[in-house]
Amino acid sequence: MTVFLVLAVLVLFAVAIWQMNKIFQLSKVGKQDNSQIANDKDNNFQGKLMVWFMVFFYVFLIYGFWEWSDVLLPDAASEHGKDIDQLMLISMAIIMLVLVITQFLLHYFAFKYRGRQGQRAVFFADNDKLEFIWTIIPVIVLAGLIIYGLFTWTDIMNVSEDDDPLIIELYAKQFTWEARYAGEDNILGEANVRFIEGVNTIGVDASDPDAMDDIATRELHLPVGRKVLFKMRSQDVLHSAYMPHFRAQMNTVPGMITQFAFTPSITTEEMRKDPEVIEKVENINALRNEKNVELEALGEETLLPYEFDYLLLCNKICGASHYNMQMKIIVETQEEFDAWLAEQKTMEQTLNQ
Amino acid sequence: MSTEAHNNTADHHEDHGHHHHKDTFITKYIFSIDHKMISKQYLLTGLFMGIIGIAMSILFRMQLAWPDKQFTVYEIFLGKWGAEGIMDPNVYLALVTIHGTIMVFFVLTAGLSGTFSNLLIPLQIGARDMASGFLNMISYWLFFLSSIIMLMSLFVEAGPAAAGWTIYPPLSALPQAMPGSGAGMTLWLVSMAIFIASSLLGSLNYIVTVINLRTKGMSMTRLPLTIWAFFVTAIIGVVSFPVLFSAALMLIMDRSFGTSFFLSDIYIAGEVLHNQGGSPVLFEHLFWFLGHPEVYIVILPALGITSEIIATNSRKPIFGYRAMVASILAIAFLSTIVWGHHMFVSGMNPFLGSVFTFTTLLIAIPSAVKAFNYITTLWKGNLQFNPAMLFSIGLVSTFISGGLTGIILGDSALDINVHDTYFVVAHFHLVMGISALYGLFAGVYHWFPKMFGRMMNKNLGYVHFWVTVIGAYGIFFPMHFIGMAGLPRRYYTNTAFPYFDDLANINVVITIFAIITAAVQLVFLYNFISSIFYGKKAPQNPWKSNTLEWTTPVKHLHGNWPGAIPHVYRWSYDYSKLNKEGDDYVIAGQDFVPQNVPLQEGEEELNH
Repeated sequence: MTVFLVLAVLVLFAVAIWQMNKIFQLSKVGKQDNSQIANDKDNNFQGKLMVWFMVFFYVFLIYGFWEWSDVLLPDAASEHGKDIDQLMLISMAIIMLVLVITQFLLHYFAFKYRGRQGQRAVFFADNDKLEFIWTIIPVIVLAGLIIYGLFTWTDIMNVSEDDDPLIIELYAKQFTWEARYAGEDNILGEANVRFIEGVNTIGVDASDPDAMDDIATRELHLPVGRKVLFKMRSQDVLHSAYMPHFRAQMNTVPGMITQFAFTPSITTEEMRKDPEVIEKVENINALRNEKNVELEALGEETLLPYEFDYLLLCNKICGASHYNMQMKIIVETQEEFDAWLAEQKTMEQTLNQ
Repeated sequence: MSTEAHNNTADHHEDHGHHHHKDTFITKYIFSIDHKMISKQYLLTGLFMGIIGIAMSILFRMQLAWPDKQFTVYEIFLGKWGAEGIMDPNVYLALVTIHGTIMVFFVLTAGLSGTFSNLLIPLQIGARDMASGFLNMISYWLFFLSSIIMLMSLFVEAGPAAAGWTIYPPLSALPQAMPGSGAGMTLWLVSMAIFIASSLLGSLNYIVTVINLRTKGMSMTRLPLTIWAFFVTAIIGVVSFPVLFSAALMLIMDRSFGTSFFLSDIYIAGEVLHNQGGSPVLFEHLFWFLGHPEVYIVILPALGITSEIIATNSRKPIFGYRAMVASILAIAFLSTIVWGHHMFVSGMNPFLGSVFTFTTLLIAIPSAVKAFNYITTLWKGNLQFNPAMLFSIGLVSTFISGGLTGIILGDSALDINVHDTYFVVAHFHLVMGISALYGLFAGVYHWFPKMFGRMMNKNLGYVHFWVTVIGAYGIFFPMHFIGMAGLPRRYYTNTAFPYFDDLANINVVITIFAIITAAVQLVFLYNFISSIFYGKKAPQNPWKSNTLEWTTPVKHLHGNWPGAIPHVYRWSYDYSKLNKEGDDYVIAGQDFVPQNVPLQEGEEELNH
């Protein structure tokens, strides 16, 4: 309440000042003054600053690419990811080209035609040919990008059952992920939040025979080279299953099943040996070591060295701990994967414990 | 029909202009029905909300840059949520949410479009006032009321709305999901419902005024581009805002009356909810049916303003007037059929994704035409670098840099991996946030003499501009990198797990630029406030402009023109037009020909 009173007083105060100003204004018979309008000196100076700004812009651009490129994601670890990266590279190249040219023209013209007393601007209102040219160029370039993009998109999103993909359910809830493998029959059993009870944390329908061989886990293991079809559910709010290294993302929506499929192409072990990843891990560990020096000085526990792992991140705002809703993904050989899966408990074992 | 209409109103207003009725303080400054006063009210309210919105962004930027440091400012501004200088994760989300809401709706929709549509529509088309001054007043006061409610929601015990400015249910529907979805969200929805009513009243008024109250000779093809932009913006608003209203209404029903429009199969806080059959994706469709046109509601007025300012200060006609109008119309039309590009990975049918990719990338064409036309307008001009001109050039620069990355985000295949990352944040802040703010600043510097009868200090304006442009690129250019590194937006901290640790340095760079940029806005505020009181007296037409608002006296009067409304004989871009012999300007020694000057002997009118 006091806050509102204070606000009210402030507002009234402001109004009072405004009123007083009006009185002053009325009592003054002022004369015109052109000192606040740009003159030749200003035009000259500001025009030159335009060029300096352009230099700053390009230097900043180059510095950015030079200095910050090592934080970017490493090469795509999935088959379709390579196509996305390729398309991204082409789009980026076009964008950078257009950016560099248009920003140059904009700032250079600003400098070149800076105002001078007596300089006469050219009355140039229209030119159909010019306008046609710069309508048609974007049309052609965009048509190319649209077609390329649409082919890539359709390839990614159309999943055929003929590929015999490994079916895995991704299950999201505030603020963890769970996974359910479809088991021997590669068919996920029915599930609904209304079946959630005790150990059945993801609401599997115990009366569905397809569900009995399903395997629920807290870690996501994927065999390399086999297509994986993720069926996604959420039990509470929207989440988004974001797997940046695989160029994969799909929202999880309560009340419906969404899906995304990809084929992992690089195992975790191989990825750890990728030069880009090695560099990134070294950078991170250098930062952690710096922090460890501080922690040691305070007598606190130090951080363990970081090792690269693929991540599944939540990428749709979902509540207080959204920032830490993640799951480790391990891509391994088929044998390693089979061995791991065999160790996990089936739904039947879990429910009848 | 329309000629008759404006003749009648002109007659009616002619006597109106002569007699003066006594204004009391209340009718003049508070419940004013004069469009010039209402425009100032919009501007002041918008700036006030802007200060709050930007201050919030500084708080959460500090949290992102230095997640393990304690800051007493958190405790000062956030109270119990900043206890001991540590920001609560819920209040972080609340700050992000309210920052977005305030900046998009209260500053860039109401503050920008409200201010300049109100000021310029009657003045530039030659009308005594809006079609309905009374509705106009109601529109402002509804906006004021919605601002108050939005600010009140900050003081709710469980905290304000925190589900993101897009308020996707179920998160926004269930108080169990986050504390901000309780009373805070209720107030948010009430505030927005009132805001939408305000916006609709305003928009309808703008549309009717532009159609019916143009002065004699002011054909649609002689309208300044500002008016075209405001007019089309108002139409988009009328088409799309009601859809947001319906979404808000259904969300209110789901929250309070047990319906299931957006809710289905939910297990939360240890129990299953009764809701069945609704779909959050439906909400996303409804939200973005407004949400996407909304970004054009924000940017089109800014583009209109800069078209006018760039032409005036280049002392050249705007290049390709017809193409500019056609682009505005094309953008407006396309804006209503591209909303799905916010939803490529929402779970909707991938075929729809293809359609929306196609329509979205089409928007790049009129946008590119606009950018090229601006650049050509500068070519061989006689550029007058007033602060308004600098901000307009800045707008073209950020509109290009921000718009280009839209080609990536609009492409469904590429969007998969950058969706909801900082890449998106960088993109839309540059293309609609910063660009529209530059449009707002440009407008304020340019029309300040018209609004307050005084000049703003140009040197402070220069300082404001240069620090802001460098700062804005300093904030948003590095942000593209952390986005492409895969960092999701709306993370309270990026250090909960080690993968993003190496982004810490970039985050510090961004935050430092943000603090500097925010600080330099104080220079603007100082300049703005002190110029209202102590600025140099403005000449009647300081920028030597052609449009009709500069034919009105510096001192405001109800009805705008002391005598008859001027008639219009030409378009508004006759800058540096030469006479028949080509040895001097049309009016000797004067490089501009105001719209109310009849065609000179031997002069040809441009056919556009």
